Order: sequence, then C-alpha cells, then structure tokens
Amino acid sequence: MEKRIRVLVAKPGLDGHDRGAKVVARALRDAGFEVIYTGLRQTPEQIAEASLQEDVNVVAMSLLSGAHNTLFPKVVNLLKEKGMNDVLVVGGGVIPDADIPGLKQAGVAEVFTPGTPTANIVDFIKSNVK
Amino acid sequence: MANETLKAKMQAYTAKVEKSLEKFPERKNLAHNRLYTPLDVEGFDYERDLSFPGEFPFTRGVQPTMYRGRFWTMRQYAGFATAEESNKRYRYLLEQGQTGLSCAFDLPTQIGYDSDDPISEGEVGKVGVAIDSLADMEILFDSIDLGKVSTSMTINAPAAVLLAMYIAVAEKQGVAADQLNGTIQNDILKEYAARGTYIFPPKPSMRLITNIFEYCSKNVPNWNTISISGYHIREAGSTAAQEIAFTIADGIAYVDAAIKAGLNVDDFAGRLSFFWNAHNNVLEEVAKFRASRRVWAKVMKERFGAAKPKSWMLRVHTQTAGSMLTAQQPENNIVRVALQTAAAVLGGTQSLHTNSKDEALALPTEDSVRIALRTQQIVAYESGLADVVDPLAGSYYIEALTNKIEEECWNYIKKIDELGGAVVAIEKGYIQKEIQESAYKWQMEVEQKQRIIVGVNQFQIKEKPVEGLMRVDASVGEMQKKKLADLRAKRDNAAVKEKLAALENAAKDEKTNLMPFILDAVKVYATLGEVCGVLRKVFGEYEAHVSL
Repeated sequence: MEKRIRVLVAKPGLDGHDRGAKVVARALRDAGFEVIYTGLRQTPEQIAEASLQEDVNVVAMSLLSGAHNTLFPKVVNLLKEKGMNDVLVVGGGVIPDADIPGLKQAGVAEVFTPGTPTANIVDFIKSNVK
Repeated sequence: MANETLKAKMQAYTAKVEKSLEKFPERKNLAHNRLYTPLDVEGFDYERDLSFPGEFPFTRGVQPTMYRGRFWTMRQYAGFATAEESNKRYRYLLEQGQTGLSCAFDLPTQIGYDSDDPISEGEVGKVGVAIDSLADMEILFDSIDLGKVSTSMTINAPAAVLLAMYIAVAEKQGVAADQLNGTIQNDILKEYAARGTYIFPPKPSMRLITNIFEYCSKNVPNWNTISISGYHIREAGSTAAQEIAFTIADGIAYVDAAIKAGLNVDDFAGRLSFFWNAHNNVLEEVAKFRASRRVWAKVMKERFGAAKPKSWMLRVHTQTAGSMLTAQQPENNIVRVALQTAAAVLGGTQSLHTNSKDEALALPTEDSVRIALRTQQIVAYESGLADVVDPLAGSYYIEALTNKIEEECWNYIKKIDELGGAVVAIEKGYIQKEIQESAYKWQMEVEQKQRIIVGVNQFQIKEKPVEGLMRVDASVGEMQKKKLADLRAKRDNAAVKEKLAALENAAKDEKTNLMPFILDAVKVYATLGEVCGVLRKVFGEYEAHVSL
C-alpha cells in the first residue's frame, strides 16, 4: 500500500481566524490524507519543528492578518535549515494577488485565495507532493 | 372550523405544487417551507409574543420610537498602521457623516504584546492600529472630543487596559469619566470559541470582566461594559440560531459570574450590549434579531429576576457578514452589503458597520469605505425601510421563523446548561465543534453547488487582478519600535515600576478590583505589553482545546 500523505495545517502568527484552516484540514482528512492541525498562534520556529517531528510531506499555512510576506518565507527557510527540502509548502487566506509571485519565489508552491474549492487544494497536493 | 378548511386547502395546494415543482429539484430542499399561512402561527398572541416596541419581550425593538426618532448609529470599524494614520481616517469618517467611532486594533495590541516584542513581527499595524501606550492613544483621539463622540473598541483580553487608556485620554481633554459614551467588546468567551485573541485562562478573564462591570457601574455609568458577540461565531461558520444561542449562553455566564462576585443584577445588566452578524438571508436575519431580543428578555426577567426593564433589553450593534464577501467580482459585494443592511435595519439594530467591497482582498480603501457608509445612508434616508417600526411583524413567515429560531436557541441553552454552562461547554470544545460542523457543511454545499455564491461557483468571469488595494506601509513596525524606545527613555521609569508592582500584588488577591491599578499604570505610560505581562505572570495563559 502507498504511504499516506501527511499534512501539517498551521496557523502562523497571531491571527485567530481558523474557519478556513479547519475546513481545509477536514477536507484533506476526508480525502485520505493524515492531517495534523497545530492550533493558533504558532511561530515559524514552532511550525518548522512540528513539521520535522511529525515527518510531514506538506505544510499548509493559513493567514488572514496580512503578515504572510513576513511569516510564510520564514517557515520555508526554517524548513530548509532543518534539511526538509522535499516538503511541499502551500499557503492560503486573504492574500492580495500582487503578493503571490513574491511568495512563490520564496518557495511557497501555491497560494489559495478566498473562494477556492477544497477539491482544488486536494488535487494540487496530490499532483505536487514529492 | 375555519382552520380545518384552511388545512384542507393547504393540503390541496401542497399536492398541486409538489407535482409541478418536480421539475425544480434544486429548489426542493431549502431550509424553509415554500409558503406560510395562519396555520404556521397558531396560538399567536400579540400581547405575549410581540407587545409594543420598548416593552417586554421587546420582539419589536428596544426603544418605543425606533428609527422614527433617531436612526441607528452609523459606526464604521476602522483602524490601521499607526495612531496618526488612524486618527486621520476617523476624522475623515466623522466629516462624512458617521455618527460614532469604532476602533480596530492590530493583533499584538489585541493579544497584549508591544510592537517591539519578537512575536509581533509582521503583524504590527496590519489588521488595526498599533497601540503600545497612552502616548499612542492620545494621538489616536487627537482633535476628537471624547465628550461628544461615542467610541466602540474591539478589544477583549486586554479590554481593561484600553478602557483605562481611554479614560486617561478623556481626563487630559478635560472630559470626566461619567461623561464618556462607548463600548468595549470585552467578550472573552467567544474569543475561546471562535475569534482567537485570548490571553488568560477563563477564571481570571471572568474576574477582569466583572471588575470592569463593577468599576464602570460606579465611575463610567454610560459605558457599555461588554459587547457579547455572536458576530465572530457566525463568521466562524455557525447558523443563525447557533449565533444567538451560543452568544446568549455566553451572556448567561457573564451575568452568573457578576452575581457570584456580589454585584446586583440591575446595577450592571443595563450596560450589557450585544453584537450580531447581518448575513445574506435577509428574512432569516430579521427573525433572528427579533428572536434574540425575546430570548434575552426572558432570560433576564425570569432566570435572573432582573427588575428594571433596561436590564431586559438586548441592545445590539451589527456588522454585515465579512465572510460572505467574495474576492471574485468584488463590486457585487456592494449589493450584498446593501441587502445585509436591510436585514439589520428591519431587524432593529442600534448601530451598524457596513463592510466595504474590497475586504475579501485587503483592508478597505477610503473610497470603498465611503460607499459602505453611503449604503447605510441610502437605506436610512431613501429606502423607506426605516420609516415604520418592525414593519415585518405579523407576517406568517417572519413570526413562524422567529418562533422557530427562538425554540432552537432555547434547546441549545438547555444543552449548554446541562454541560455546566458556556465556560465548561467551551472548555470541552462542544461549542467549537458545533460551529465547525456547520462551517464544513456550508463549504460542502458550496462545492457541490447546492448553495450558489454568485461569481464563486456560478456566473464566474475571467477577471484581472484587482488594482488599487490598500497596503499598510511596511515601515509601521519600525516606527512603533522607535516610538517605544523613545517612550521608555523619556518616561518616569521608577513610577512605572512602582505601579506595575502594585498591580501585580492586586492581581494576586482575587477580591481586589484591578481597574484602579491598571489606570494608575497606564497613566505613568506603562505599556500595554508591560501591563499584560504582569497579568500573564500572575494569571498564566489559556491553552486552547483543539479538535477537528
């Protein structure tokens, strides 16, 4: 049997909006992934450490506070520092289109903005996970 | 038997339309019946169920005159970047005819951290204004007469600190505390359940809240000491009935806590206020507002034995549903907000914030905020919706739906009572779980197109990225850090140390009201982070219950 894809759904920063994170987490679980949800207020260090401890294939971050340009790239860099070069990092939330190229350049594989069906997130992960 | 005839006619109607409606299966399973008749309001008793506006059970509104006197307060939630920037936005909104202020604070402020705390990195000034000390608060209200304006502050865990700063700024303007009008949100239970900006565990949090009730009843008598909020519960995905049920359950917990602390219910209950969401389904929302007033009036009169009519009234601020704004074809949001405004006004709100069309994408620009405010003004002055008190009363549908939502609300309250009250229900994760279930169900309905969201899952177009969005200057964090360094160098640090030590001692004694100590500390320019730091040390921090 194929190994199940392990996903860490994370809420970096101080943002308390977790409706999206929880809905996505559940949709990923229903799609057959193993999902770990961090809960609120995780520092980039905590997220990277949890990714390492849980040995995940995917880190999916949700942020609606506007701090994505600071926090997403920080998580990507910390994952690399820990040698987790194969982890697929995706993000979502209230993120202006103009910020997406910069986030992708920083190593976020895809950014899902409001209105994205959860099925698209599932498909993206399945096609891009290493 | 008139009813028997009616029942027979209704059956005949149903049989007839069900046949022809077979062609429209997608409209078959809506939440409400297709037609309402007198059969749906059997036993309806005008005096008992509705009575007159301003009279128990306040189904028709809390004031006798409603909008035939004054319109609701038009109060746009605003705040971003620095106190200087936000002060400019407030003055602009007041010039445009807004009648009250509503302050949005950034996340570090809401969670009790200074802008120079490492955990604040990236968040300073983003979702609201950064307030680190009384010095920022003085700038925020510069040239705004606090004796004339009413101010609502969306602040919860550190509500006591921001209220103290507001009182201190007013004092400097020469306005006494008993002349101040406004609201602090101060509703920690929904932070645990839905919004996430908690700091301390429930017990000391409830103490801070009752300390505020007591302090304000004596010193700031016109202040709304809490805004018990369903808004965020709804935004997190609840249904309309869950929104008011969980919120009223929270309200019961606050009243219980205050009574346990020795307060007389009629001394503080008149200053409790509520906060509802105005969602998309206009008539369901109207029924929700009406049902909520009836439930709260019964809770206060019958459960808590409050004697003053003021204690029975559910006064409410409303905000249109942010989560219903779409990032796709954002101009459509103007229409959504107009309908939500209609719901809030037909529901009898006391004040209203209307969202701006661009808020699924970013903070709103000045132009889009103006359209949102104009939407309220158009509804108020042009639509006629505000001309008659509770104009939908007596509609078979509205009354039946009001009854139904009330019943669902009582069922939840009973269930939460059985669990041991709202605090326990939240600690056990019950309320969070109920909200998550509804949120997931909604999302699946959208994805399976059982629920159509225009521009999102139907009627899409190819769109260019939206231009001209507001951006918060990235230098705000650095500016606040510099202001803080200057403040710490200039202020009387011995006095700060002394007042913080006094606060720490007071916090250790459960019987002491902390408000005077917090006021003393902020007046010598102790920072928000320092004050909350002392309280964190004594109270500890809340550990969230997480389950999927």
